[in-house]
Amino acid sequence: MSDMRSQGGGKSGKGPAGDEAALAERLRALGRKLDTVQDEAKRQSDAEASQSNSAQGMGLALRVAAEFASGVLVGAGLGWLFDYWLGTSPWGLIVLLLLGFVAGVLNVLRAVGKVAQPEERRKPRSGS
Amino acid sequence: MGRGRTQAEEAGSVANDPIHQFQIHEYFPLGQFGGMEFHFTNSALSMIANVAVVTGFLYFATSKKSLVPGRTQSVAEVAYEFVAGTLKSSAGKEGMRFFPLVFSLFTFILMANFFGMFPYFLTATSQIIITFALAMTVMLTVVGYGFYRHGIGFLGLFVPHGVPAAVVPLVSAIEVISFLSRPISLSVRLFANMLAGHITLKVFAGFVVTLAGLGVAGIGGAIVPLLMTVALTALEFLVAFLQAYVFTILTCMYLNDALHPGH
Repeated sequence: MSDMRSQGGGKSGKGPAGDEAALAERLRALGRKLDTVQDEAKRQSDAEASQSNSAQGMGLALRVAAEFASGVLVGAGLGWLFDYWLGTSPWGLIVLLLLGFVAGVLNVLRAVGKVAQPEERRKPRSGS
Repeated sequence: MGRGRTQAEEAGSVANDPIHQFQIHEYFPLGQFGGMEFHFTNSALSMIANVAVVTGFLYFATSKKSLVPGRTQSVAEVAYEFVAGTLKSSAGKEGMRFFPLVFSLFTFILMANFFGMFPYFLTATSQIIITFALAMTVMLTVVGYGFYRHGIGFLGLFVPHGVPAAVVPLVSAIEVISFLSRPISLSVRLFANMLAGHITLKVFAGFVVTLAGLGVAGIGGAIVPLLMTVALTALEFLVAFLQAYVFTILTCMYLNDALHPGH
């Protein structure tokens, strides 16, 4: 915008100084108008983003719930199977259910990206 | 009179029952295998129609093979590029050997979800056994290929580096459970999304019918759930695509495990 102003100044250099001031004033007014328009556009796009965020949040919630529940379910299932085969009831169920909870939490942390996937965690080590 | 009314009530209760749409109907028996009776059901019909439509469309779309693609050919090309891009970005170039599997899964789930959006069509992906079978296909591929490619080294997936030796058994047990929970979370997510979406849709649509039956004031009140139903239908189309995409991208990530278990 500043180069536009200097260009305008150069052109109207021949005319009286009042002309130049008027031009600069118009440019400034135009700049203000542009700012308000851009602000509004930005606000609108922000609002849209937050709307799509809530839809994404719903998806994330379902995903995280499934991750956690599946960890617990598999832990309980394995524990029950161990007990059924080895006759160690109820210790297999107790231990593996607890481990299942841990695995569920690990799944959730992985799903939201707080803990690296197993293969990614090992990449830098094997690389070095 | 009384009988006609009970029939009408029955019809009404069927129309308002949000679970009714997921019932499996047997059309004709296929015979007995291993002591179990197998029937051709509406679920089977839906899936066969699904596969027929996908195969037919792709065959038709690629039959011309023009350099400048027509409309149908563009759709087929976009689908190919989309799945190939997803697969390459998460499993690398090597992952392309699984492209047929991933593309089939994606198109099958996508079409099954979209078929479910037609009234009177069964949503195949709202049956947990279907989604579980799809998820197990993926996991068995991962385990099978992982052992075939890396042998016993595939188990390195479960032993993280840099963990004190004393804690390794515990951490490995947790990793194994976490791995085994993948097919369950994969199948439950798809199934739960489709089931919940269709039930919500049906419940709101049911409100429209119930309210409209109450008279003039009811018809005014029925507009709100009607608008909600329209909005939910649009959302369901989005979910139908999104869930197919999520299933595909997770499949790609799991296949990446089979290709690179800790190398």
